[in-house]
Amino acid sequence: MKVVKAKKPSGKIKIVKDRCKGCYLCIVNCPNGRIKIAENLNVKGVKPAVFSPGNCTGCAMCAVICPECIIEVYR
Amino acid sequence: MKKNTNTKVIKMPEASRIFKRPDSLRDIDNHYCAGCGHGIIHRLICEVIDELGIREKVIAVAPVGCAVIAYDYWDFDVTEAPHGRTPAVATGIKRTRPNNIVFTYQGDGDLAAIGTAETIHAANRGENITIIFVNNGVYGMTGGQMAPTTLAGQKTATTIYGRSLRREGYPIRMLEILAPLPGVRYLERVSVHSSHETLRAKRAIMKAFKTQVDGKGFSMVEVLSMCPTYWGMSSIKAAERIRSDVATFYPLGVVKTY
Amino acid sequence: MSKKILMCGNDACGEGAMLAGCTFFAGYPITPQNELTAYMAKRMVDTGGTFIQAESEIAAINMVLGASAAGFRAMTSSSSPGISLKQEGISYMAGCELPGVIVNIQRGGPGLGNIAPAQGDYFQSVKGGGHGDYKVIVLAPDSAQELLDHTSLAFDLSDKYRNPALILGDGLLGQMMEPVELRTQSPGNNIQNKPWALTGCAGRKANIIKSLLLGDGVLEAHNIKLQQKYATIKEAEVRVEITNAKDSDIMVVAYGSAARISKAAVAKARAKGIKAGLIRPITLWPFPEKAISDMADKVKKFLVVEMNAGQMVEDVRLAIYGKAKVDFYGRMGGGIPTEDEILAQIEKIA
Repeated sequence: MKVVKAKKPSGKIKIVKDRCKGCYLCIVNCPNGRIKIAENLNVKGVKPAVFSPGNCTGCAMCAVICPECIIEVYR
Repeated sequence: MKKNTNTKVIKMPEASRIFKRPDSLRDIDNHYCAGCGHGIIHRLICEVIDELGIREKVIAVAPVGCAVIAYDYWDFDVTEAPHGRTPAVATGIKRTRPNNIVFTYQGDGDLAAIGTAETIHAANRGENITIIFVNNGVYGMTGGQMAPTTLAGQKTATTIYGRSLRREGYPIRMLEILAPLPGVRYLERVSVHSSHETLRAKRAIMKAFKTQVDGKGFSMVEVLSMCPTYWGMSSIKAAERIRSDVATFYPLGVVKTY
Repeated sequence: MSKKILMCGNDACGEGAMLAGCTFFAGYPITPQNELTAYMAKRMVDTGGTFIQAESEIAAINMVLGASAAGFRAMTSSSSPGISLKQEGISYMAGCELPGVIVNIQRGGPGLGNIAPAQGDYFQSVKGGGHGDYKVIVLAPDSAQELLDHTSLAFDLSDKYRNPALILGDGLLGQMMEPVELRTQSPGNNIQNKPWALTGCAGRKANIIKSLLLGDGVLEAHNIKLQQKYATIKEAEVRVEITNAKDSDIMVVAYGSAARISKAAVAKARAKGIKAGLIRPITLWPFPEKAISDMADKVKKFLVVEMNAGQMVEDVRLAIYGKAKVDFYGRMGGGIPTEDEILAQIEKIA
């Protein structure tokens, strides 16, 4: 049988923008630098953390540290 | 490409959600400051309770402190307690309902100042309860006053020039005080200053709850936590302060186990 | 006729609790109620209940708070200084609407005082004691039998109204040995009647027990609800015993040990031809205002006898509202009035 190399698993996160308080702990705990600070303010008056797609592996370190529990992780 | 009947194409599954809010943690905004450790610790407890399947057996005792309204965030039975008396209230519940899982959630003042006697005696009686002790070195709710766990030199609302060991005494290490008591089964100090340490913290909390579920006796997990507001620094710097300063005086790791 | 046993008041109090289905007791040694803690220690172990000698009176009231929150009948006891320590816990229980029984076997005060009987905690018991607008139901026994009966009753009232109840005894009553009939009318604890209790949230929404109400206007609304409850209790639960109600010219008003001694003084006065009577409040809260006020329509001389500097006399004066003359005779610091002292006061006023 011929084995075809499948696509590498990749990760994705969803951050609830308007519930972010801007502590940015997710940013410093992401090993791949996949979270950035948004350009614009959210409803709370802070620049929320935003997902920047790329080589996210879905390790969930961001979700583990988020004090608001507003990050969902997909892999 | 010419289709070959011997080729099996393995389709990668659609991305599945591997991290979500635990069911016991109510889906509402919390009142804690940005970067405060309470939100993380609340979630860890709920994850552990859900994973152990004990939500319908849990009865929690909330503290007086920033987490005084913890019951707004937890979807299980909770009672308030007068400041520091939390372990006594927990004792009354656990002795009359030994099959329920009873835990307390307490801060520095609740556990190590006004409630010191209740903490020590619940531990000494070997009550089969679990205490989650949030150590952030200040009294947050009332405006950042010195706590028994405030470090030497640390500036707070009541140590304006920095905690003086001569005037204010030494920071107190509660786990090390409780360790020699025979009724105490499991004590560990952990932290939520990084994702890595937070995962360790969850394992400790899981072990503590399992200690109670298995009827083995008193367990307590001390969690070093950030208070960016009253440490006067950003969340990221507060997390770093735990790593560089707080954890030096309050070493992470198991203090007593079985 | 159920069993009658010669027992001391403190033990009778404990047995009253057992008969009412109390399954949790936490206490701390303090004279003159040590017999009660020892009695509960034995009875709880014998019956599979829980006895904890707590690290302090403060811890004890909080253990009772917890056991009560968990839906069980729970009791603590102490004497004056220890009851002072419990005030915060009692206020929390009232605010959280938790039942529970507190027993105060009073001693001389203030401060460490002495271990003699006294009635110096009347204000503490009926006017608050702890912080905030709340009341506890206060029962004042005058014998070992009543210590049993009232303790049993206290559990029922406490559960019925979801409010703490307090037995106000004293060292004389606690120590005296009398024949006591082991009887009760209490149906015992019924968890079915406590849907608010913390039992683990299986099959229902999670219960929260709290007295912290920060929302705008929420605490005021809660206080209004509590006051309505207290008004209901005032309507329904007043208990008072009146001796020689019909034809007295002078009424002695006293509770507990002071009433017991006054009863004898009143009998002596009658033997001398003085038309004396006695009003003995059994519930100190709710206070028998109406009974006293109605009496003041006919009787124009009142003598309040207490073992303190004058506490209940204020409530008597309030109830009488100027309709009659009110005199006071008191002994402080553990002093116990004799029948003849009280008789002399009656003769002076009559």
